[in-house]
Amino acid sequence: MKKRERRYFIKQSLLASFSFVVGMNIVHGRNIPIGMRPIILDENEFNGLPGKSNLLTILNDKPINAETPAHLLNDDLTPNELFFVRNNGNPPINIDKDNWFLTIEGESAKSSKTYDINTLKNKFEVVTYNLTLECGGNGRSEFNPPAKGNQWTVGAVGCAAWTGVRLKDVLADVGIKNDAVYIGYYGADTHLSGDASKESISRGVPIAKAMEDESLIAWSMNGKDLPLLNGYPLRLVFGGYPASCSGKWLEKIVIRNKVHDGQKMDGQSYRIPCETVAPGSKVEDEDMCIIENMPVKSLITYPQSGATIKLSQKLPISGHAWTSAKEIVSVEYSIDFGMHWQKCLLNKATNRYAWQRFNAEINFQKSGYYEVWARATDSLGNTQPIILPGWNPKGYLNNACHRIAVKVVDGE
Amino acid sequence: MENNRNKAPIDNLSLLIKLINIIVFLSVCVFIYLPMQPYINAYLKRPTYSKEELDSFTKKRMVFQEDDWDRVEHGIHVRTGMIYDANFKYIEAKCLSCHSAKLITQNRADRNGWQQMIKWMRETQGLQDLGEAEPFILDYLTEHYAPKELGRRPNLDIENIEWYVLELD
Repeated sequence: MKKRERRYFIKQSLLASFSFVVGMNIVHGRNIPIGMRPIILDENEFNGLPGKSNLLTILNDKPINAETPAHLLNDDLTPNELFFVRNNGNPPINIDKDNWFLTIEGESAKSSKTYDINTLKNKFEVVTYNLTLECGGNGRSEFNPPAKGNQWTVGAVGCAAWTGVRLKDVLADVGIKNDAVYIGYYGADTHLSGDASKESISRGVPIAKAMEDESLIAWSMNGKDLPLLNGYPLRLVFGGYPASCSGKWLEKIVIRNKVHDGQKMDGQSYRIPCETVAPGSKVEDEDMCIIENMPVKSLITYPQSGATIKLSQKLPISGHAWTSAKEIVSVEYSIDFGMHWQKCLLNKATNRYAWQRFNAEINFQKSGYYEVWARATDSLGNTQPIILPGWNPKGYLNNACHRIAVKVVDGE
Repeated sequence: MENNRNKAPIDNLSLLIKLINIIVFLSVCVFIYLPMQPYINAYLKRPTYSKEELDSFTKKRMVFQEDDWDRVEHGIHVRTGMIYDANFKYIEAKCLSCHSAKLITQNRADRNGWQQMIKWMRETQGLQDLGEAEPFILDYLTEHYAPKELGRRPNLDIENIEWYVLELD
């Protein structure tokens, strides 16, 4: 039998058996490519994102940007296949992990050194931290007037156990001059235009941030290799800063004697007005300041919005809260649109920049439509606003409290 | 009489064949059922979809054939999900050759806002001058992807919430 005929036969018989099971004809059944099954039969179909669950919401496919629905972020550590993806360019292809090199240099570096991943593992202390990464533009979709860019809702965030070496150990091995103020990264991802001379993104952090214990050069996420779309085989991880600082497919770090001037460090990218402005204001580039610390925030990850319960039942809620400050000190919830707030039980963080679990059980006195709101407060006394925080032209740093809808119906 | 007598063995044979047929059919059913059992369970526990929804799921998963490439349905260019009008050809040529249609359809801006985005792409992203196409592109974007008034914080998107019964112990 020729291959095509065989495929046709297999397809026909598969279709017949599907129809047998489903008990009806499948609409457009003939157009389902071989190897695919109707959605009601298979949740594991490939969505075009290698290593990623097809439950992610794809915002953009060129470059790939995908977020995690809030109710899928309930794990203490976000599984690799559910971790959000924010790409600026195209990931590199044909990666050879054993021949991957990281070079450290720059005008404020005392020398220039190149390491492969094995050398990093053997030469420096290997550490693991639970670190929360959140895109600076998470929550952008709520801004009004709207801000351009990927319209993230709430799920451009995740917390994973990252394993690697401390950036400060590697920088010390190269030697840092006294005039160092910033580090910048370069990755192997390519510009969308295909122009090899262009960087898709090359950002960085102030030297003080680079020298923190939790600032990592990481090769592992939750005990496994990094997913390709999250920077395989090597990346930076800075908890508490916009995730765009945590360069992926890491090939080079430069120690700078001035603020790094790579792609997306300048103009309006990852910047907010130095002074607060009225919504819709035009702000000149020179009046925009680089975002450093991310604000206090939380997410209700259980139950999924849309839950219906009976009046006799208690509603358990759960979620995570995170901050760039030392820790979260309280999480509260409200079921009456912010008039009253009740405290949730709150777990301690495993380390700085890890998110903290909160739980509560809610009693409802009357049936009706409710929204459960959650707000976190950190050790600096910062609390999440109920409406949107300061408008900014590019729609960054929306840390307004998360809301889920719940219906309570009469009955035992 | 004689005819009937002659038919009797044939009747028996046909009964036998029918029996064998039923047995074969039943065992085929069992053989189909066993490997399909997980799917049957998945089917029984499936969320229910309307015919239109099923239709759209299937459509999304179709590999676009040659004749689907420029299909327009209900004013939407199916392959890109963008609103279709006479100016769409400029969008396809000048915008979608570099980035996803989703980058446009998820955004909203007035004419000036779209112009600023084009300026930004030209200055930082290597976009070539759009030339004579630019006013048509701006017409298209301003008409179809204008801002909606949302207030300081929009309501939860009640219409799109999928209500479900939360199973609790």
